[in-house]
Amino acid sequence: MDAARAYADTELLRFTTAGSVDDGKSTLIGRLLYDTKTIFDDQLAQITEASQRMGEDQVNLALLTDGLRAEREQGITIDVAYRYFATPRRKFIIADTPGHVQYTRNMVTGASTSDLAIVLVDARKGVLNQSRRHAFIASLLGIPHLIVAVNKMDLVGFAQEVYDAIVADFTAFAEKLTVPDVSFVPVSARDGDNVVTPSARMPWYLGGPLLHLLETVKVSGRRNTIDFRFPVQSVIRPHQGFRGYAGTVASGAIRPGAEVVALPAGLTTRVRSIETFDGPRDEARAGDAVVLTFEDEIDISRGDMVVPTKNLPTTTRRVDAYVCWMDQAPMAPGATFVLQQTTRQTQAVVDRIEYRVDVDTLHRAEAERLGLNEIGRIALTTSAPLFVDSYRVNAATGSFILIDPHTHVTVGAGMVRGEVRDVPGRAGPGAPGEPAATGPVSANVVWEGWNIGREAREARNRHRAAVIWLTGLPGAGKTPIARQVEGLLFARGCQTMLLDGDQIRHGLCGDLGFAPADRTENIRRVGEVARLFFEQGAIVLCAFVSPYRQDRDRARALVPDGRFLEVLVTAGDEVRRARDPKGHYARADAGRVADFTGVSAPYEASVAPELVIDTDGAGIEACAYRIIEALVARGLVPAAQGDDRGAPS
Amino acid sequence: MKTHPRGHLTTLEHEAIHIIREAAAQCDRLVLLFSGGKDSIVLAWLARKAFHPAPVPFPLLHIDTGHNFPETLAYRDEFVETLGGRLVVRRVQDSIDQGRVAEETGPTASRNALQTVTLLDALKELKVDAALGGARRDEEKARAKERVFSHRNAFGQWDPRQQRPELWQLYNGRKQPGEHFRVFPLSNWTELDIWQYIAAEQIPMPSLYFAARRPVVLRDGMWLAKTPFLTLLPGETVEDRCVRFRTIGDATCTGAVLSEAATVEAIIQETAASRVTERGGRSDDKRSDAAMEDRKKVGYF
Repeated sequence: MDAARAYADTELLRFTTAGSVDDGKSTLIGRLLYDTKTIFDDQLAQITEASQRMGEDQVNLALLTDGLRAEREQGITIDVAYRYFATPRRKFIIADTPGHVQYTRNMVTGASTSDLAIVLVDARKGVLNQSRRHAFIASLLGIPHLIVAVNKMDLVGFAQEVYDAIVADFTAFAEKLTVPDVSFVPVSARDGDNVVTPSARMPWYLGGPLLHLLETVKVSGRRNTIDFRFPVQSVIRPHQGFRGYAGTVASGAIRPGAEVVALPAGLTTRVRSIETFDGPRDEARAGDAVVLTFEDEIDISRGDMVVPTKNLPTTTRRVDAYVCWMDQAPMAPGATFVLQQTTRQTQAVVDRIEYRVDVDTLHRAEAERLGLNEIGRIALTTSAPLFVDSYRVNAATGSFILIDPHTHVTVGAGMVRGEVRDVPGRAGPGAPGEPAATGPVSANVVWEGWNIGREAREARNRHRAAVIWLTGLPGAGKTPIARQVEGLLFARGCQTMLLDGDQIRHGLCGDLGFAPADRTENIRRVGEVARLFFEQGAIVLCAFVSPYRQDRDRARALVPDGRFLEVLVTAGDEVRRARDPKGHYARADAGRVADFTGVSAPYEASVAPELVIDTDGAGIEACAYRIIEALVARGLVPAAQGDDRGAPS
Repeated sequence: MKTHPRGHLTTLEHEAIHIIREAAAQCDRLVLLFSGGKDSIVLAWLARKAFHPAPVPFPLLHIDTGHNFPETLAYRDEFVETLGGRLVVRRVQDSIDQGRVAEETGPTASRNALQTVTLLDALKELKVDAALGGARRDEEKARAKERVFSHRNAFGQWDPRQQRPELWQLYNGRKQPGEHFRVFPLSNWTELDIWQYIAAEQIPMPSLYFAARRPVVLRDGMWLAKTPFLTLLPGETVEDRCVRFRTIGDATCTGAVLSEAATVEAIIQETAASRVTERGGRSDDKRSDAAMEDRKKVGYF
């Protein structure tokens, strides 16, 4: 079967488009469909006739996508519509969403399944709040690629200055976001310039047309390929001799023989087989709908989750999450809902609203309620435990919806940040922006808040605080890079601190060994220390092997979003061994160092580090400049002369 | 850890199976709406895969307009048997006989609209709370906005302005008593995807989809099959042409296209190059610009 379909099977890219009525979004999509020959003659005849009826002198391509009668009457798009087209290289699914203020919920809906977002900007108007909102939502929903289409270039005389100004303006804003890949293209959707074919009227633009970008962007997929998670959909039991569990692999991969644990029961077994109608398989990967059978008869039912024994999600009843509110009636603390996450449904109550995010300015505002189309950070308690990962790391297990228990309508969309661990009575300056404490809390301790707020310290320092976490195998080059970066920052007058493994283990963590539990405790302490320096306003460089992703994520959760930069430092095996600064590899190979990461202990790579630096053949200075550039690009450190001398990125 | 990109057919297949399983897990009494057309054939094929090695845990429901191509019924019974499925048939003729609906009259009369009453009656009678359908979003503009789990009120009606948001792969199947869902696992498939999948899976198809010389009548620019249900208008003549059908519905309103495509591969070639939508051959959609939207609101498939 698989061989027979190979000839027809192409990659699938899902993208979302957002823009306001006047940005020409519908026209752009109409143009994409028209120029890729996706529009059929009868559709064209239908809209040609409709255009004439409405007194327009040329065919209004926007009519192709404005499907519902109410929309045609009001001349607006009111809901998410899905469009399809294919080129010989790829099949595309467009989630077409409107851009009105009141339709944030539609944008969130469209973005939830997309690999890429196109944000439309009207060349005459420049970057409006709406464009910023679209980009923010794409970033919040974890979309890896953003294309800014600067439309209506025909109305500004195809002027490069106009385009360049918009690019600069948008780039400045995008630095605050966490979208890894942003590109720009000047287009005229009405005339077709740079949509499918290159424009002869903008020779100064050297990139490819929009369709070329869509066809060549890497379909990285939003699925996490590392952490195996299998939410059980149903039990398949045709007869006494067969008991299997149907489900779709949410993330990661599994093979027969793997040791797994079923949550919440906590019973351990091994995968016996992976069954499909087309025969048993030797592997199931994220997105595969399969039936698993296990060696032992254990009690599993819908809503349970099967995971590897050595890589567990967080089991919690307290969830810290961003939520987009989608109902007319606002959400307030104390409200109860049905929460659906993977195949699991449970009751949930809103404990508090931490803050509301102003989607136009990205500022946090205090909020007692969340209204329709508002996005905020909340704390929830559920009646049954959930098995979650943070949305950033694993959208499949970090996403949930809230359902009104009476009307059964979906009223909220949630993205898990982590588990809530309260500090009793937490208050004080900067509290709304304060990350929730995620570590243990001693008894009878009350949080008084920082005496002098970080913002005041940052204002005096003239740079912002940050934690730069360098992780990677021993000998990859973490500490030398960290030392170089600190030296460069110090020379610019920045407040800095450097923490590295040997230094910490000579004091604070001198009581810890290298067993997994000790490593976790070591990193927990480092994270807390880094946070103290962070609150003091410093740029803290942490150079630690830190092999467990969960530990790094815990350190990340201690500081606000955008202030934690995970830098994965890599080098080839031979290079690392050749460097072997302290002779560890030689000793580990000789079996004289137990639990040595990369030799006899595992390293869990991150799904989405902010930066990956490969030190093979790259000088320390060039590597260090990449981190400086990242700090400048995010607005954490002001740019200085000579920053453009950095290494090729 | 590198993974190879999955092809779109694999992705669509696994997503559809996920949706079918969600519907079966969240709802109590399901049916699969089976018309004998290619989409419902693919849907039934996927349902068998979804529960393997168990049998499909719900019946196939055929709303029979009585105006069938003879090939359709023969194919239907054989296909259902291959699948090991259970078939339930409800007839528009019964609704007419019971006075639930009045038959349209005149030479252009069609039973297509009457199906809605028979369908809703059947869903009520069988206490169905989820009906799986083979509709695709690329078929028509109104369908482009419909949810995968599409809510129907107690009257079986769809309200396009009150649709529930549908995010990620999380499908909300909760409802009040008396309400039901239409569930569309093929929402993201296109006509070409359907044919490519049929080819890849080597699914046996009804002969009507393949080009052959058939007696047809040209009406309003459409080739209609000459069946006992079609009354000739003055000036119309029966011609013998090499045609095939792109959709198979009520025989009185399903148009044929002139074609030489006699194999699945030839159909794929033809579909990829086609300049007319498949519903362009359906006279029921031509009645007005918003014809489909109106019919869906009152409970059509």
